Amino acid sequence: MSYTDDNGPMMTVDGKPLKRSLAIALRRQKIRALLLISPLLIFVLITFLFPIASMLFRSVENDIVSEILPKTVVALSDWDAQSGELPGEIVYSAFAGDIQRAAKAKDHTRVGLRLNYEKSGMASLFKKTARKAKKWDLEADTPFKNKLIETHKGWADIAVWQTLKTHSSRYTSGYFLNSIDMRKTVSGPEFQPEDRQILVTLFKRTLIISLVITISCILLGYPVAWLLANLPMRQANLLMILVLLPFWTSLLVRTSAWKVMLQQQGVINDLLVALGMIEETGRLALINNQLGTVIAMTHILLPFMILPMYSVMQSIPPTYLRAAKSLGATNWTAFWRVYFPQSVPGIGAGSILVFILSIGYYITPEIVGGNKGVFISNRIAYHIFQSMNWGLAAALGTILLVAVLTLYWAYDKIVGIDNVKLGG
Amino acid sequence: MAKAQAKAFVEFQRVQKSYDGEVLVVKDLNLTIPRGEFLTLLGPSGSGKTTCLMMLAGFETATHGDIMLDGVSINNIPPHKRGIGMVFQNYALFPHMTVAENLAFPLEVRKIPKSEREATVKRALEMVQMGQFGGRRPAQLSGGQQQRVALARALVFEAELVLMDEPLGALDKQLREHMQFEIKRIANNLGITVVYVTHDQTEALTMSDRVAVFDDGRIQQLAPPDELYESPQNSFVAQFIGENNTLEGVVKEIANGVALVQLDGGGLIDCNPVNVSKTGERTKVSIRPERVEFNKGRLQPGAHTLTAEVLEFIYMGDIFRTRLRVAGNNDFIVKTRNAPDQVRLEPGAQIEIGWLPSDCRALDA
Repeated sequence: MSYTDDNGPMMTVDGKPLKRSLAIALRRQKIRALLLISPLLIFVLITFLFPIASMLFRSVENDIVSEILPKTVVALSDWDAQSGELPGEIVYSAFAGDIQRAAKAKDHTRVGLRLNYEKSGMASLFKKTARKAKKWDLEADTPFKNKLIETHKGWADIAVWQTLKTHSSRYTSGYFLNSIDMRKTVSGPEFQPEDRQILVTLFKRTLIISLVITISCILLGYPVAWLLANLPMRQANLLMILVLLPFWTSLLVRTSAWKVMLQQQGVINDLLVALGMIEETGRLALINNQLGTVIAMTHILLPFMILPMYSVMQSIPPTYLRAAKSLGATNWTAFWRVYFPQSVPGIGAGSILVFILSIGYYITPEIVGGNKGVFISNRIAYHIFQSMNWGLAAALGTILLVAVLTLYWAYDKIVGIDNVKLGG
Repeated sequence: MAKAQAKAFVEFQRVQKSYDGEVLVVKDLNLTIPRGEFLTLLGPSGSGKTTCLMMLAGFETATHGDIMLDGVSINNIPPHKRGIGMVFQNYALFPHMTVAENLAFPLEVRKIPKSEREATVKRALEMVQMGQFGGRRPAQLSGGQQQRVALARALVFEAELVLMDEPLGALDKQLREHMQFEIKRIANNLGITVVYVTHDQTEALTMSDRVAVFDDGRIQQLAPPDELYESPQNSFVAQFIGENNTLEGVVKEIANGVALVQLDGGGLIDCNPVNVSKTGERTKVSIRPERVEFNKGRLQPGAHTLTAEVLEFIYMGDIFRTRLRVAGNNDFIVKTRNAPDQVRLEPGAQIEIGWLPSDCRALDA
């Protein structure tokens, strides 16, 4: 009896292909497994993947102008923005029609607001024009070139038309250019004026402060993790509770506590003054600056560093240190040459965790960071809640996401993600 | 015992060890090891043998007493300055270094120049037949190969004393037997002193010059393997080394080097009084299964015999193992060689068994 053809695929005893038979046998298992994870899968799709996809899309989406001012956009396409001349009557009359309809539908504020991100004054220009445009008779009131310039002298400004044309396409790279302190103009991308450049600085600051936080966490967390892994059970458990205690306390409470501790009239300053270590007039500025952000966030993120380090260290048998010493190594050499290299995967895992968490941190920098200690995420929040420039917020978020993925990829290339251990 | 009288290389003098200040793990240990000896510390877990090894290595401190190495007390010398090689239970090869780097490590910390280091590492690897594995990581080696590397690493800095803590425990039986031979050969060639810890008595018997049997924090017997097996000094050693039949009873009479013992289960036997001195003392009588005779023709005339009932016959290839009921003991084992004329006993049969009085040792109860 043979189960195989000489050169064909493997067969079952009944002559069915073995592969198909195996697939049928495993199908039930697969369906059951899928059903078991489906609630979570659906939850993740709705609350995580879909919002991210929509955010990514929003960062390039730009249909407000072309939707609300369709005829103007068509008419503008024939106008050479760099000619130095105002567009012709065709454009003005198309715009008059568009703005009247927009005013009646109350859409003019949206487009005004959108263009105001690019050039200040656009919002009020649209508002004023729309108010008058409602009364126009589109047939009789020609030519609209004069009429519009009469209504608001902004329509005689070539820059206004240039802005309108530049941002009329359905998809735009404008938000991303804004994210790196540049802007889109008729003559291509150029840097924002000095006083509007802030985001690149914020990105740099976010990365540098996150790095400082990560390094502080390594330096403070390593000895603690070592103790946790090497103390006798009872003491280790007690220490573990101390490590986890802040973990179980509300983030807001902890951050506020730091505010109480660090402010100029706060606990630390009072203590230092009482001890005579600093003058009453020379109270230290520990909060509302970068130092405040670093101190509070290091404390908050420390457990994320300690726990992966601990689980890696716990898996390093103490015999390695003994072996090193029996071979003639001093305590320090044994630690540095034998123990430390084996604990690096833990440091790696902790660092990725802390760094990625901290570059997206929002609440703590907002409360203790003042002006100098805020992160890019605070700016994103500002654009979402206050300036309502969701496109820019989405672009900033996308850049942050790409930065995190790039870091993760680079780490994988350099250290290897297999070397990252979160558990023994 | 010429060796034991030679100048002591390692010496434990009245060493005691306690971890908690309440219980002694090692009780008054006195042990002298001459240079070049292969000494095994054998005992059940918790008997204090590993603690002794760790005190010698310097990872535990003696609570009382002195440990001398080559005439100098090493109590206050940290482990890295003792120059003692050590092979650990799970080899403890550094996983982030290659085999060659592992071997170079002890030379490196001794600041030996690179060129010399390379040559020494190469020699050491060749000694354990691992010459072509220098570039591998420990994880890429089999258990036996790791074992060889661990051995080479403990020897590479020319330690005169090498400690081994159950080094073969993780290997399968065949490999273990092979490595026993290998370790013994290398130790002999280099003339090093080895202190070897194991709970495997076969290993202890095959490898050692002398074996120290540990129990309850004390050395129960320190003797060469043959002496240990054939003349155990107390019931613990008799039970622990090899297979043993025990019959309990009371000494009736001691005369001319022979003790007459009245067994609890009935019957009188002649024994060799090893650990009993007076009439009326309780004793455990020990007989090795292979020294039990049921062929009357082979027994000395006038020797005491006992009646036994055959309970079970087990065929084991090279030997037959027969379980008997003797004087109320249901686990009395007799081992016989599978020879052409050997009798196979049927369960249920009543037979007479006996032995030479010298093989039947009356030990402490």
